[in-house]
Amino acid sequence: MTKQVILGAHFPGVNNHTVWSDPEAGSQIAFSSFAHLARTAEAGLFDFFFLAEGLRLREQRGKIHDLDVVGRPNTMTVLAAVAAVTEHLGLAGTIQATYNEPYEIARQFATLDHLSGGRAVWNVVTSPDAFTGENFRHGGYLDRGDRYVRAAEFVQATRELWESWDGDAIVADPARGEFSRPGARRGRFEYRTENFGISGNFTVPRSPQVHPVILQAGDSDGGREFAAHSADGIFTRHSTYDAGRAFYADVKSRLARYGRSPDSLKVLPGASFVLGDTPADAEERARHIRRQQVSPQTAILMLEQVWNTDLSSFDAEGPLPPFDPDPEAPSIIQGRARMYDDPVAVARKWRALAEEKSLSIRDLIIEVTGRQTFTGTPASVAAEINRSVQDDACDGFILVPHLIPAGLDEFAATVVPLLQERGVFRSSYEEGTTLRDRLGLGPARPAASWAAARTEHVDA
Amino acid sequence: MPETRELHLAVALDGAGWHPAAWRSPGARPGELFSAGYWADLAREAEAGALDFLTIEDSLGLQRRGPRVGDRGDQVRGRLDAVLTAARIAPHTTRIGLVPTAVTTHTEPFHLSTSIATLDYVSEGRAGWRPRVAASPEEAWHFGRREFPPLTPENVTDPAVAAHLSDLFDEAADAVEVVRRLWDSWEDDAVIRDEPSGRFVDRDKLHYIDFDGRWFAVRGPSITPRPPQGQPVVASLAHAEVPYRFAARASDIVFVTPASAGHAVTIVQEVRAAELAVGRAGRAGPGSGAAPLAVYADLVVFIDEAPGAAAARKRRLDDLDGAEFATDCAIVAGTPAELADLLLGWRQAGLDGFRLRPGALPHDLEQITRALVPELRRRGAFRSGYAESTLRERLALPRPASRYQIGAA
Repeated sequence: MTKQVILGAHFPGVNNHTVWSDPEAGSQIAFSSFAHLARTAEAGLFDFFFLAEGLRLREQRGKIHDLDVVGRPNTMTVLAAVAAVTEHLGLAGTIQATYNEPYEIARQFATLDHLSGGRAVWNVVTSPDAFTGENFRHGGYLDRGDRYVRAAEFVQATRELWESWDGDAIVADPARGEFSRPGARRGRFEYRTENFGISGNFTVPRSPQVHPVILQAGDSDGGREFAAHSADGIFTRHSTYDAGRAFYADVKSRLARYGRSPDSLKVLPGASFVLGDTPADAEERARHIRRQQVSPQTAILMLEQVWNTDLSSFDAEGPLPPFDPDPEAPSIIQGRARMYDDPVAVARKWRALAEEKSLSIRDLIIEVTGRQTFTGTPASVAAEINRSVQDDACDGFILVPHLIPAGLDEFAATVVPLLQERGVFRSSYEEGTTLRDRLGLGPARPAASWAAARTEHVDA
Repeated sequence: MPETRELHLAVALDGAGWHPAAWRSPGARPGELFSAGYWADLAREAEAGALDFLTIEDSLGLQRRGPRVGDRGDQVRGRLDAVLTAARIAPHTTRIGLVPTAVTTHTEPFHLSTSIATLDYVSEGRAGWRPRVAASPEEAWHFGRREFPPLTPENVTDPAVAAHLSDLFDEAADAVEVVRRLWDSWEDDAVIRDEPSGRFVDRDKLHYIDFDGRWFAVRGPSITPRPPQGQPVVASLAHAEVPYRFAARASDIVFVTPASAGHAVTIVQEVRAAELAVGRAGRAGPGSGAAPLAVYADLVVFIDEAPGAAAARKRRLDDLDGAEFATDCAIVAGTPAELADLLLGWRQAGLDGFRLRPGALPHDLEQITRALVPELRRRGAFRSGYAESTLRERLALPRPASRYQIGAA
């Protein structure tokens, strides 16, 4: 059977992928920018709008990073407002399980689900670090192993809360004087595990999706396993065809042990794109965008992320440093996951490449980092997207435009119709459905069933 | 002495209205209390009456009357998060201020700061915040991190319980301080988009707040740029000296609950004394300019044109509920003219305005916007429409410079 393509629209993030120096670049914080991208996505019949989150401004060499777009809204609050200017679009928010409590997160997502008529998505992330923790009461560091145990329990706690009202608890019958049905469960809950001991009464009645759609972001083994036992979808970096196929096979193979079918977990890589009237035109635009994304200052900074030392005296248009990084030196980057496992090897590889092709620092960085996932005509991009989906490299893509707010306009206008022509993308939203329905996830699986499948496997 | 200051009117939205049987009124929409359409309609109605702002109640616990939670199937139970509800209705309105309640106990000041700043962005300068403490052990159990003593109407004066409550207000004052510092942590012109130097932001205009208090330490800066109003409006409800002092330390507006015009005089004196006690009077308030606390009286209102009709309606609701409605503030039932008389009389006590709590929604809100407001206008006591765009402007609160800006007062 022909698979249907899932599409998400990622609001451009606070990194150098987002170009701010272009004349078309708009405000990164005005609500009109969020409304614009969301409306474009809805006009293009996308499945959902997606917001990332970062809870501390990035620093490098002890200073706040100043070269990239920075400054963003509270995820949940802006999504609630986006719900007002859209009707069908899913609303995906990245929220840390580390610097929040299950009761609050469950309340906020249940509220968003009510206020959007069943369109809420939670992208769960769990990357605690002491640096970000300095902004929070409970900022304590968790080691990598513990963090997924806590995250699984956290998600489980929110599922229990989302189910704590019976679906038919509220009857609102003035004639009988019954606001709620006698004997109905109205928010009572208790959840006790290694990491949590909570009980009481949940304030939000059961929401349209019961459980918002749960995504997991993270490609590590622990992250994949977490997705397999606790999520409806996984947001991955594996956007290329070959890497995607391997990732897809691995993640889907983990589902059976939790009693899940392969289509119950959607694999959604993040992907960037550049369109052009001809292949050459697209290539030219891609080169131009890459130079915008890698300014001379950004090139030096990205080099420092490998060399892990101050390289500000180097000329971005000149050659690479002749020395190797010191892997023992303390990290100069904070507020972002470590990017290179073996910096010495990376540095040597880069130096060899630069020598071979006579590349300056800036050219080298452009060469080795962040090439756009799709570059081509609308027809070739539509074909590539469809091939990846039909060949099980993924179930769809979360597209990351490089411009705020209009970076998705062209894609929605030109690529989406071609996917529709191929019969792999909807031609209208079906009325009266939740996002969960639209993604083919079926009704929310009960919390107890999630918990049983997870603990049985862990115990086995 | 003729009153020349502008009268401020706010409306307090909560469920189907403040009477516990309000959901059973004709015209009530009890099946829609958890839908966006219901809240958007209420907001548009309040805006049609040119009210200064609306508030949205919230709590981390389920509504309760009496000792047990959730024990009345004949009353409304359940509510949505107020900040998100305010954000959801912001794009449907253009002028009215939006002041949701958000709890400071158990929650992260960092998230509170970004969420209210974001509300200010999505409403383009109309956000406020009513900070609230959560004192009960039941709410603490929802988080499982702290043990609170039992709380009953009888034991609030016990020294241990009083100390607990006092601590919660101190914690709330710290939370508001952190929230305000984070709002200031980006100077207004921090984003520079300077191509020659490759810099998007001037990092010298981003500031660590380095708050280190008894309950939490927060480093900063915020992840959210300074909101359009600089400092969204902070309003708190207070019934006694400890919360008066909290308001004097933390708020721009205090909602008080006088039982009579005479009582209002006393309360205004107590509020002014609290300002003196915390050192607010005569100098700059907490990050909000030099304004003294604005004092608004809370009133539950039942309004109908026909004499006696509002009181009769309230009695019918009392009968349905099986008890005479009583709450923490005065309850008034009358005609629009009677209520206008009362408001204009009480404000002589030195009140800046009123927060009206509709007995039943949408009926009593519509009576405010369609009958009371026109009555006040006929008397020259209420604006004919909105002249200002931000909530601070409407409340005559100057937009403060960031405290971290060089040369800031």
